[in-house]
Amino acid sequence: MSARVGVVVFPGTNCEHDTVLALERVGAAASLVWHTDERLEGFDALVLPGGFAHGDYLRPGAIARFSPVMGAVARFAAGGGPVLGICNGFQVLTEAGLLPGALVKNRGLRFVCAPTRVRVDSDRSLLTAGIEPGTELQIPVNHFSGSYVCDPRTLAELRDAGRVVLRYVENPNGSVDDIAGIASPEGNVVGLMPHPERASDALVGSVDGLLLLRAMVTAAVAVRAA
Amino acid sequence: MRYSARVEVRLRQGIADPEGATIERALPALGFDDVREVRAGRSFRFEVDAEDEDGARRRAEELAHRLLANPVIEDSEVEVRQTAPAGGSR
Repeated sequence: MSARVGVVVFPGTNCEHDTVLALERVGAAASLVWHTDERLEGFDALVLPGGFAHGDYLRPGAIARFSPVMGAVARFAAGGGPVLGICNGFQVLTEAGLLPGALVKNRGLRFVCAPTRVRVDSDRSLLTAGIEPGTELQIPVNHFSGSYVCDPRTLAELRDAGRVVLRYVENPNGSVDDIAGIASPEGNVVGLMPHPERASDALVGSVDGLLLLRAMVTAAVAVRAA
Repeated sequence: MRYSARVEVRLRQGIADPEGATIERALPALGFDDVREVRAGRSFRFEVDAEDEDGARRRAEELAHRLLANPVIEDSEVEVRQTAPAGGSR
């Protein structure tokens, strides 16, 4: 049976329909969840897509973290449920404390919107399970605040536990250690700045994003079966 | 009692500040080549109803920590003062 994925929509989110389409391409049944919804029963996985939740006022993700849905997202994650944050969704997850560190303004104060090459550096996450570490993927980024920072101890923990799941081949934003995506200790919460849903059709130059989304959908079904 | 609060939020030492750096790079062209160590931040002003100044400060600090600053990357500094004398008349 296909995985049921909830795609969380805040006021200002703008990648939800692309995300739903990409998830459907890897066989998931995806539906939108409004940010005031506090009931997430029936979903096998959640995605916080890209955009500008609550206008990104104050800091990206700073207001979104107080949206009613976020308590339910935290409980879902605590119960082992797969949660993926893409771009703005990653920023929301760090602000909410579901992932460590923060995403700050890009090096050189430069907005980047470009295809990037990222390397899978760990398969210990819902997004990379079953993908050979070292695999390079072409997935676009589109952000102003995508430079990942964390304190040295957190960085050491992330590295040692294989929680840095994706690294940029050429760092576009000044991210520490070329980090493009990280995972929670259990690997069920993942955030990444590149947009896999925008690499889901040959027409737009790459289908590499489907590899990641397929891994997540497969992991979600496995979690449900367990 | 009503107090006015000002919270200054700035990036912690060691966190790159591209805004400050960009401003600093522009300064020589304006003749400010004697200015160094520019750090950008922001400041928030609001009013708090509280029993006393300590209470107002606690609330302002709580707001600074929970929302206005992200403690992972930012420090905050809170200033509180009474807005008008108690029972003051116009």
